[in-house]
Amino acid sequence: MTPDVTLSIWRGDEHGGEFRDYTVPANEGEVVLDVVHRIQAELAPDLAVRWNCKAGKCGSCSAEINGKPRLLCMTRMSTLELSAPISVSPLRAFPVVRDLVSDVAFNYAVAKRIPPFTPGPRPAGGTYRMSQFDVERAQEFHKCIECFLCQDVCHVIRDHEENKTSYAGPRYLVRVAALEMHPLDTLDRRDLLRRGIGIGLCNVTKCCTEVCPESIHITDNAIIPLKERVVDAAYDPLAWLLRRILRRRSQAPAALSATALPAAQARDAAFGEAPADRTS
Amino acid sequence: MPDRETNAVDVLVIGAGGAGLRAAIEAAAAGATTAVVCKSLFGKAHTVMAEGGIAAALGNVWPEDNWKVHFRDTMRGGKMLNNWRMAQLHAQESPERVLELESWGALFDRTPDGRILQRDFGGHRYARLAHVGDRTGLELLRTLQNRAVAAGIGVFMECKILRLLTDASGAVCGALGLWRGSGEFVVFQAKAVILASGGIGKIWKFTTNSWESTGDGHALALWAGAELVDMECVQFHPTGMIWPASARGLLVTEGVRGDGGILKNREGERFMFSYIPEYYAKETADTVAEADRWYDDKTVRRPPELLPRDEVARAINAEVKAGRGSPHGGVYLDIASRRPPEYIRRRLPSMYQQFRELADVDITTQEMEVGPTCHYAMGGVRVDADTAASSVPGLFAAGEVAGGMHGANRLGGNSLSDLLVFGRRAGIAAAEYARGLPRAPKPDPAAVEAALAAALACFENASGENPYSLHHELQETMQSLVGIIRTESELISALELLDELDARAGALVVAGQRRFNPAWHLALDLESMLTVARAATLAALARRESRGGHARDDYPDADPEHFAKVNIVVRELAGAVTVSEEPIAAMPADLAALIEEAA
Repeated sequence: MTPDVTLSIWRGDEHGGEFRDYTVPANEGEVVLDVVHRIQAELAPDLAVRWNCKAGKCGSCSAEINGKPRLLCMTRMSTLELSAPISVSPLRAFPVVRDLVSDVAFNYAVAKRIPPFTPGPRPAGGTYRMSQFDVERAQEFHKCIECFLCQDVCHVIRDHEENKTSYAGPRYLVRVAALEMHPLDTLDRRDLLRRGIGIGLCNVTKCCTEVCPESIHITDNAIIPLKERVVDAAYDPLAWLLRRILRRRSQAPAALSATALPAAQARDAAFGEAPADRTS
Repeated sequence: MPDRETNAVDVLVIGAGGAGLRAAIEAAAAGATTAVVCKSLFGKAHTVMAEGGIAAALGNVWPEDNWKVHFRDTMRGGKMLNNWRMAQLHAQESPERVLELESWGALFDRTPDGRILQRDFGGHRYARLAHVGDRTGLELLRTLQNRAVAAGIGVFMECKILRLLTDASGAVCGALGLWRGSGEFVVFQAKAVILASGGIGKIWKFTTNSWESTGDGHALALWAGAELVDMECVQFHPTGMIWPASARGLLVTEGVRGDGGILKNREGERFMFSYIPEYYAKETADTVAEADRWYDDKTVRRPPELLPRDEVARAINAEVKAGRGSPHGGVYLDIASRRPPEYIRRRLPSMYQQFRELADVDITTQEMEVGPTCHYAMGGVRVDADTAASSVPGLFAAGEVAGGMHGANRLGGNSLSDLLVFGRRAGIAAAEYARGLPRAPKPDPAAVEAALAAALACFENASGENPYSLHHELQETMQSLVGIIRTESELISALELLDELDARAGALVVAGQRRFNPAWHLALDLESMLTVARAATLAALARRESRGGHARDDYPDADPEHFAKVNIVVRELAGAVTVSEEPIAAMPADLAALIEEAA
């Protein structure tokens, strides 16, 4: 006889819910998602959970296991203390849809506000040249699987709903870092970082780095270098003076909840009327 | 018709993987209002699971490479069953599609002189796969996703398409969808529809495919009157994880072998040398010394571990059957003894992580246990090569859901390039078709109401079984009877079991509410899966020979006289799935010469 394991799974919707215990036999080598699937098949057919690849590559099955943001598919049962029920609950930073499924629309809305990759012209002969050393810096950020665990754990969002209008969260600072450190990109997103997506709100507690299943050094390699760039641009007294003299006009990007950025407006004009989006 | 949420667009793309997004980007750029609808969250499509790379004859590592060699490799890999025009377009256009992807922000690994690096893969004469470590699919998908967002393309996510809608003339005019979150229905009106819904792997038990790969697009096409081709040709990838049981089937990239990994049996023998088929003898090394030289010297012949996937999968199957398998019923894949740990971690980071975290195996010091796993459907919607148009007006298909490009067996790396080449072509053709329509055709309200009533029926059934157990039985049936090696008696048994499963599927019981109810979603997916399982089984019965991904125990050889010259075509006539043989168009002499001269 294999021993039993008990998962205490949050069941409910936006009106409320409760943890319910489900006990099934344990199998060797399983991850939490395997056990959730068996509970679904045998005990609770309508238990709502997102998943896709079951190999840590798509970032769909994000949830909180014993209160910690984790991927259900990459958390081995053998790494957990099995003597007490294991709690499994939805990402807390986002509204719940049902059971383990939360509404992550906030993230998709933020993504739309970031001016896209904008390279210089393709050189003659058609091939860009980049060194491996140079691409590796941005490649680290391209590993992101958009599991949103960093968004979930970030207390700027998690504990302060009101910040969602002014702060993009670690995932999108990583996204901006990927663009800013892309060897071919030509845009300057420092003003966006400062005024549009609130990089100043991050106080580098590194919680995001700790939960990243792709081991991206979010704080050290993405956020801190971006903060330094912003500081250089915005708070350098010489640069400030120069700006005053040259009266360079800088357009302040609107807050996340307000109207689209100029770049977004330009692209909307270029591509015509877009159909109503439904990303929730 | 009661008030239903309705969205009207010029071009509706079903599926937000590589093919769907590439199609949508192109259709939008051509001026069509375009929307993408996908079953999961946006950015989670199965494309992220592609690991090793994207095949394109850029010639960055081996200047000798060009589209003609790529074409020839693809045709020979597909055992000449390929739609040769698709293979030609694919080989010619994939380099430009890769460079375009780079200009949209994709960051491939580099050569020392700063160009896109290419790696070796099975069946490719030269190192041809542009890659990003072993997470190339993620790079491709994210690049297209960002591009699509920047283009303002509408995205309707977590929406399952239940039926294509057709007008009185039979032309496609939209689709009926179900919001998985709310459980409400939605009508999409569209002048043209592009299917880009991916594969069918979830009808088998051991598969690399994600939950979405339930053959929805294949089934939707069939129900709407389109034809499927080559459905008997299913690729079992040679190297899936074997242990732990819960991880069984997960993909282990061919890049492991491309980067130097070898296969061994329980006795430590490098057994692939015993499985070199006559067809590939002239291009395959038959000694260890020659095989090991090949990685740096392309004048010698390729290691047998890099034979096309169908050959390697059958060899592993045979070794295990002969009692020379590993403890968990696979064989050993060894790169630890072949390459330094630093090289392995740099080239294969996600494999390193996958084995370390799921199996407690360190691939830099230990061998991996691997075995065949269902990976890819070569078969799919029969399309015109140049336009990706199906036989149903207004319906297009690209990517895995389309058939023909890969013939009887797909070469590794050719799927990602397929997505881009034919996704783009589908987008162009669908936008042009939509532009040519004087006005948007209107769906028949009665058909909409009938389809959604059928979708709700499982809530009314009083007694019956739950969809999970039915799905489990379907997977067991296909795994044991329509697997890597087929035979007539087993295929007939499979059809009988499918009849029974069909009957039971009509009485599935789903309890609970409509909001995000996975049991309901599975019940609806089962309708597609049962349709596609039948198509694959009937086609497998009809092809009485062995070719590529279709291997028959009772007809172990290829039949050059008859079956080499026909496709098996599947249609639905009066509610019944039927198959027929149809002749393959003759290849023009200039293309045929390419096959011969390089052989």
